[in-house]
Amino acid sequence: MSGRSRYVAALDQGTTSTRCLVFDHGGRMVSVAQHEHAQLYPEPGWAEHDPTEIWANTLRVLPEALDVAGLEVGDVASLGIANQRETTIVWDRSTGRPVAPAITWQDTRTADIVSQLQHSPQAGLFQEVCGLEPAGYFAAPRLRWLLDHVPGLQRRARTGELAFGTVESWLIWNLTGGPDGGVHVTDVTNASRTLLMDIHTLEWDRRLLDVLDIPEELLPEIRPNAQVYGTCTVGLPGVPIGGAFGDQQAALFGQTCFAEGEAKCTYGTGAFLLMNTGSTIAPSSRGLISTVAFALDDQPAQYATEGSIAVAGALVQWFRDALEMISSAPEIETLARRVDDNGGCYIVPAFAGLFAPHWQPDARGVVVGLTSYVTRAHLARAVLEATAWQSAEVVEAMVADSGMDFATLRVDGGMTSNHLLMQMVADVLDVPVERPLVSESVSLGAAYAAGLAVGYWPDLEGLRANWRRAAMWEPTMSEGSRRRGRAEWDRAVARTLDWAAEA
Amino acid sequence: MPRAIQSIERAAAALHVLGAVAEPVPLGELARILDLPKTTTHGIVRTLCDVGFVEQQPETGAYSLGTGLSALGRHLDPHLLRSRVTNWADGLAARTGLEVQVGVLRGPSVELIAHVFRPDGSPQRLRVGELQPAHATALGHALLAWSPSAARIHELELTAYTPSTPTTGVALARAMRQARRLGWAGVDGALTPGTAGVAAPICQHAGIGVGAIAVVGPRDRVLQASGAPHDGLVEQVVGAAQATAGTLRDVL
Repeated sequence: MSGRSRYVAALDQGTTSTRCLVFDHGGRMVSVAQHEHAQLYPEPGWAEHDPTEIWANTLRVLPEALDVAGLEVGDVASLGIANQRETTIVWDRSTGRPVAPAITWQDTRTADIVSQLQHSPQAGLFQEVCGLEPAGYFAAPRLRWLLDHVPGLQRRARTGELAFGTVESWLIWNLTGGPDGGVHVTDVTNASRTLLMDIHTLEWDRRLLDVLDIPEELLPEIRPNAQVYGTCTVGLPGVPIGGAFGDQQAALFGQTCFAEGEAKCTYGTGAFLLMNTGSTIAPSSRGLISTVAFALDDQPAQYATEGSIAVAGALVQWFRDALEMISSAPEIETLARRVDDNGGCYIVPAFAGLFAPHWQPDARGVVVGLTSYVTRAHLARAVLEATAWQSAEVVEAMVADSGMDFATLRVDGGMTSNHLLMQMVADVLDVPVERPLVSESVSLGAAYAAGLAVGYWPDLEGLRANWRRAAMWEPTMSEGSRRRGRAEWDRAVARTLDWAAEA
Repeated sequence: MPRAIQSIERAAAALHVLGAVAEPVPLGELARILDLPKTTTHGIVRTLCDVGFVEQQPETGAYSLGTGLSALGRHLDPHLLRSRVTNWADGLAARTGLEVQVGVLRGPSVELIAHVFRPDGSPQRLRVGELQPAHATALGHALLAWSPSAARIHELELTAYTPSTPTTGVALARAMRQARRLGWAGVDGALTPGTAGVAAPICQHAGIGVGAIAVVGPRDRVLQASGAPHDGLVEQVVGAAQATAGTLRDVL
């Protein structure tokens, strides 16, 4: 690290775009560049990206982000990567070309493979080894699908001429030289979402590889989140790659939730709530996911429990686009503030069934409690409350699984500019809700890992000191109102059940 | 009574025609209905296209009412403004180390619609929804100076909070003129002694300030001993206001 390296860069490879953000020593963002890539839907239920387009966009955003702030490559001490999780790529190690489009996390083509796994005698093994039930969103079934459907792939996979990886593996391999000496690695958080890694030893598990018939020759080496994996030969030539993270774990790290019980929720189209469970792996009886939070070089891994809410901001979008009640998403707050309560109305957005912690695929959404008193302003309130009550359900399940104390929630994502919603979340969780000054938690987490690896930041305490509170919402709801609202929400949820089955 | 202006009457007639017909109207058809030469009609609809009141169909070349017309009566939603300003307000607080406030005019007051804590970890309370007297804060001066209702300043009740509060219409009007000349407003201790603020308007169409953004803090953190803002502070505040205004252009 040269004396004038004053910044750390983060590459945020997301579902819709690839961005590069540059941060200074105080964790402040000084620059951002971004390019979107095409979403490919070749068949119903399929969702693909072109890995070569993502790589080309990477090579564009890296220098562009430096240009925006007038920086040179020598100003960058380290590069970190955060990526869309579970998106699966297989490529040829000698040509560097992908053998097929990337199968993204939104793709549902592996339903049959997953169903076989769920009913196989080894189903319990996955839960025991990975902390995960076999499900469609993990990477290994996608890899299995490629091996089954791309001609000659299974044979070539055994010869070692092919490489598998999630997006960070693909980018690190290309950045460090590609066919000419590229480093083939993944990080523990991305590996924990494959269905192939032993969550206790942080190594690929031979038995799980056998169940899925995946040749070990394909796999990247599993590394800690903060460690120099290699040096860029292109993009940011000479800059070490010091960290990688799956995006939600990156956000947990960027929010500096380093200690047991600390939690963050990213409120976007859906919402992702992760709570640090320390060195404890909290097996869930309520459908939450045990996952690796982070692993630093030469230190034991820290774990997290994760619960996702499928429909959060998406319900506001539905209210705007399908019901045409508002012309822009933020206006829902104006509408909802016209009334003091929901008028007895609840909306449960079980659009594709109920997820954590209920797991009822045959449930469908309901609007209940309609009377002639209810106006669209009450509906607007019910839309926002739905996100708050779903957050409460996930937190309750986490606390019940882990037995840990839940003291505050750190939030990020687009919906945090909705103050009414943030106040509702504080009220129903009965804990303070805090928003950080740097809202780019995903990129910041990747930058923090990269900076730690090269000594740009000394330790976690130094990072903690960088966290700045931009706003805080304190709970104001009475215990009685909370209990009543919670009971009514439960009754509304009960009315969603078994709908699709009877149709 | 002054004579009616013919071109405005004709433009209004053209809008009435386009509003009365369900489908886009070709130029020749429009000229026939208005009983005007095609060249005159073309001049009218081209001008209306330029201001967003009329749209031309790219395929057929026919004309219809534009979205700018329906947006005319709608004022900017304060929560939409908050969602657009948040990134810039956060950046401003991070770079200056000061508390950031964003407000809109509500009668004689400023209503805070966004608030970013001073980033020093000290306990602070979210002040969104609070009202400030417009004549005594930098936000208020920026909003009044870029508001068409500036004539209203003579109706304001100019309560004195400190010796520096402007308490006469003349003093306030002078402050407005200075703000307009500079492009920003600075207020030193006019509401709370020892607290200063620098604000810039978030301007939309025709330079109307739909909101304003300010940094607020202890006098010595905002102002130099001379009373001028610290170097670079004004540029940061004005930059955040303009960047926010840029994100609003696609709204109306």
